[in-house]
Amino acid sequence: MKLTVNGTEHEIDVEEDMPLLWVLRDELGITGVKYGCGIAQCGACTVHVDGVAVRACQLAVGDLSGEVTTIEGLGTPETLHAVQEAWVAHQVAQCGYCQSGQIMQAASFLDLNAAPSDDQIDAAMSGNLCRCGTYPRIRAAIKTAAAKLQEV
Amino acid sequence: MGRGKTIARRSFLIGSAAILGGVAFGTYLVKRDPENPLLADAVAGDAVFNPWVRINASGITLVTPHTDLGQGATAMQAMLIAEELDVELEQITTTPGVPSAAYYNTALAAEAVPFRSNDDGFSATAMRGTMGAVMKVLGAQVTGGSTAVPDSFDKLRLAGAVARETLKAAAAAETGIDAAQLTTARGAVVLPDGARMDYTTLAARAAQIEPVTNVSLRDPSQWRLIGKPVQRLDIIAKSTGTQIYGIDIWMEGMVHASVRSNPRKGAPMTGFDAARTEGMRGVQKIVGLPYGVAVIADNTWRAFRALEEIDIDWDIAPYPAEQADHWVEVAASFTKERLDREWRHDGDVDAALEGADVITAEYRAPYVAHQPLEPLSAVVKVGATRVDIWAAHQLPRFVQQRVAKRLDMDTEQIHLHNQFAGGSFGHRLEFDNIDVAVDVAHEVPDTPVKLTFRREEDFAQDYNRQIGMARGRGAHADGKVTVLDLDIATVSASRSQSRRLGAPMPGPDTQIPAGAWNMRYAIPDLRVRAYAVPELAPTSSWRSVGASTAGFFAEGFLDELIHAAGADPMEERLRLVNDDDARRVLEAVAEMSNWGSALGPNQGRGVALVTSFGVPTAEVVEVTATDAGIKVDRVWVAAEVGRVVDPVTFENVVAGGVIWGLGHAMNSEITYSDGMAEQDNYHMAEGMRLHQCPVIEVRGLENSDTVRGVGEPPVPPAAPALANAIFAATGTRLREMPFFNTVDFV
Ligand code: FES
Ligand code: FES
Repeated sequence: MKLTVNGTEHEIDVEEDMPLLWVLRDELGITGVKYGCGIAQCGACTVHVDGVAVRACQLAVGDLSGEVTTIEGLGTPETLHAVQEAWVAHQVAQCGYCQSGQIMQAASFLDLNAAPSDDQIDAAMSGNLCRCGTYPRIRAAIKTAAAKLQEV
Repeated sequence: MGRGKTIARRSFLIGSAAILGGVAFGTYLVKRDPENPLLADAVAGDAVFNPWVRINASGITLVTPHTDLGQGATAMQAMLIAEELDVELEQITTTPGVPSAAYYNTALAAEAVPFRSNDDGFSATAMRGTMGAVMKVLGAQVTGGSTAVPDSFDKLRLAGAVARETLKAAAAAETGIDAAQLTTARGAVVLPDGARMDYTTLAARAAQIEPVTNVSLRDPSQWRLIGKPVQRLDIIAKSTGTQIYGIDIWMEGMVHASVRSNPRKGAPMTGFDAARTEGMRGVQKIVGLPYGVAVIADNTWRAFRALEEIDIDWDIAPYPAEQADHWVEVAASFTKERLDREWRHDGDVDAALEGADVITAEYRAPYVAHQPLEPLSAVVKVGATRVDIWAAHQLPRFVQQRVAKRLDMDTEQIHLHNQFAGGSFGHRLEFDNIDVAVDVAHEVPDTPVKLTFRREEDFAQDYNRQIGMARGRGAHADGKVTVLDLDIATVSASRSQSRRLGAPMPGPDTQIPAGAWNMRYAIPDLRVRAYAVPELAPTSSWRSVGASTAGFFAEGFLDELIHAAGADPMEERLRLVNDDDARRVLEAVAEMSNWGSALGPNQGRGVALVTSFGVPTAEVVEVTATDAGIKVDRVWVAAEVGRVVDPVTFENVVAGGVIWGLGHAMNSEITYSDGMAEQDNYHMAEGMRLHQCPVIEVRGLENSDTVRGVGEPPVPPAAPALANAIFAATGTRLREMPFFNTVDFV
């Protein structure tokens, strides 16, 4: 089976029903994507498939059609994506474990809705749990990122 | 005593004895202090100034032994050392170091003694000193009790200052210039002519001279880093998916494992049938354990999947199987026999209630789970003479000792590589992941095993927050609260926990009444008694521990009395408050929230003041009762911490504490049925999600001489302030958490 992650094609030999999350983490060693709940309740495993946020714990790799982007493919410490820049500027993270998923969710959401209202932000981000409670900064960072993305 | 005086006294101590809290400061040319763990692998040219600072030709390494649970402990500890060492944060690397008695926690003991934290009387101070000594003997390297800042504040600045002055002495020896004429900046000693000698090049020389221990700490007006907004050291990694947590550890030859232990916690596994795992891809081994069954596979998901195919027989729970019976036991605990201690009795409550119009109420707080977002995990490799463990833990020394005992090895043979944690909230004070990973790894010697708990297993095996009740009686006269009598009965999370640590706790449990008995109010007749409910389901420290329940009981019931008296909740608290720090945090939230200003229809404000871990914290919550349910609009919070070390993280952690307190009070409980927790994943116990999050305004007050941590204190006032706000908006008095069993939230 072939899959493309962050622009690189990989050949893998796994069961069709293995969730993409575990293919990424345990077969390909891509650990920015996190396991939190395994049942679509926390968003820690959020990645993009063709630019759209999906929960990698829920997507059987056999059902995958499209290119996968993980947080590592969104931006790097040297070249941050605008959403990551906003996350750094607002110093959002506490433990940080949820933040890959938060950032991937926010990036996809802003792609679809460049100028979201507060209610739209709340609705789009409520599937991503943050046990540390960084929500006020997530809201602020999304607004900063939206403004930045509109400039370019 | 003013802050200046405090520092002067401390620098004298350092100068004369070169000792602070029993830790010797100085360079270590030879193994003069077996307690300095940095000596173990020091080589020629390494200047190992003390257990926290190592400088050599290739760089500056600061040891930050308090575990980073997300509270920013690593950055905070580095900042304190760097402040006095005169290095910039981008010039250093940090390491959690190895577990060592040198990193024992001098501050934790302060909360373990039965004196109020604002009680500076002789016996209280002496007793805290004794506990500090005990901690040292135990080598208790502990991250918990909001003590990372207080434990570190003086110690780590001194560690930096000693290293700096020794480097200056080295430069003086090298150049012949008097040390008094030398200054330091950006990782270098600066000569009078402006020439710079980098610390890294001076290190070899510094390693050969006598330590300079006659140092004093800088005046706060000179601080470059402390109290200033700086970028957290881990913020880029945590925004790019490049931060490695325990669960991300990978190494050559590693296998993956997962476990199902008896969900009736503490009871054994009695038999299993793994026939259906036969031939499942990637499954390498099924391991029967006294308490459960583990699967070793070549991939985590394959281990998870195989676990589901195993039929397992479990013994019955060693506690009541049904939740209702847990409550029966709690309710039956208000007896003379179970009285743990009468913690406070001002005036004469019985006489005051005699013939008064007595108001009574009963409060309840449920079990609640910790469930940080990173599930429990550990990587363990067991060799014949050496065991390596990669995991995040708040008690690294205990991990070593426990594993040594489990495998009948020496403590020195157990190597814990402490990791960044994806949250804890008290969860990583327990050992289940370590125990299981060690047992499983023991089955496949010399092979690194990564054990990952399924989220469902993590819920099933959590040691929850204590369950409890309170019964209040009170009275008022002339529009004032005059009598408050509070009986609190909870299980003792501290005893449950210390039993598992193998160090049974003597004396009464300070945590049962924490946040209530130490209320900073002068109510003429005031009594707080604590009753210990015998162990039910095992419990453990949950962010803010006892104050998360007793604080709710006390501030909820006080609010009832204030309303019954016809007084204003803020004004009456300000009238009753008997301590300046507490008064100031109340005044702060009154001002921030514009208390008393007009509210819209169906809106209400509530206030609460709870002191925990020595930090008086006041919160005002504002809610609106909409047709769809209660909306939590805004929260204002003020805490007296003596000194805000890292303001950016401070604001984040305080707001997070408010969210933690509110979210669990609103939406979360663990209930038992058939001996098992009924909630097994976040859809059944989610705390707060973003859409419910109010706007939160945070203020840190810095009037006190004592520097304190703030990981826990914002939690306890949140629940009562919310309940009090909902009462103000709707007339519904919430006396039982979680509130969603009584009212709807939008
Ligand atoms: S792990 Fe996929 S949503 Fe939680
Ligand atoms: S930062 Fe810890 S879970 Fe979000």
